[in-house]
Amino acid sequence: MVPIAYYLVLAAILFSVGVAAFLIKRNIISVFMSIELMLNAVNLTFVAFAHMWHQVQGQIFVFFVMVVAAAEAAVGLAIIIAIFRTRQTLNVDQINLMKL
Amino acid sequence: MELALFIIFGGLAVAAALNLLLQRHPINSALSLVVVMMSLAVLYWSLGAEFLAAAQVIVYSGAIMVLFVFVIMLLNAGEEERTTGSRAAYIAGFPGAAAIFCLLSSVFLSESKALGTANLGGHLGGTVSNIAEISHVLFTTLLLPFEVTSVLILVAILGAVVLARKEQ
Repeated sequence: MVPIAYYLVLAAILFSVGVAAFLIKRNIISVFMSIELMLNAVNLTFVAFAHMWHQVQGQIFVFFVMVVAAAEAAVGLAIIIAIFRTRQTLNVDQINLMKL
Repeated sequence: MELALFIIFGGLAVAAALNLLLQRHPINSALSLVVVMMSLAVLYWSLGAEFLAAAQVIVYSGAIMVLFVFVIMLLNAGEEERTTGSRAAYIAGFPGAAAIFCLLSSVFLSESKALGTANLGGHLGGTVSNIAEISHVLFTTLLLPFEVTSVLILVAILGAVVLARKEQ
């Protein structure tokens, strides 16, 4: 028997590590991966609350988050490839203009 | 039994997430993110979400992370270099993330009694199977959102093709 609060605290740890990585990382792909980490942490809270209330809705919401994350990864990585093709860099400090 | 499972895989997830934060090369970060997702799949299973555990392994570690590793290797991304912007990010980033963690964990731990405990592989609402219940809700009340996700995926595929295409 594990208290649900432990699962939620684990999700809080993963979310804050994701926030720290999002702010600190300078590589655009690493920044993108930290967004995925934050999405995973939120999914864990959804599953924990679904278990707590004996409801299936939380798990279905996680399913939709996964679908949106897959679509987001496809489009985001295509944008990263397009940026790299025009700028020849992946450093977010050097990508500060929308115009080339 | 369940507490041991939680400690082992929760600790593994936290260690891999910290490794993601500390590694400078993106390919190392991607591989530690795979470890995080695999351990989260075990935790989903222990919370009685078998379908999501399988979907986590197939969709996240199977599809999304393969895409990430493919792009990292395609762009031949090297180690990230330290700049002046990274020092400012260190000063703002760590206290901000620590504040978010303290706020969330204090709320969760103060409400710990009201939240209750989790049994290993507990079923939802006394039904036979987790997958049966999810598919029942997904194909009756949430049929329209489920169908709309297919349009979303199609638009994402077309958008990725258009964005990654070489300019003539």
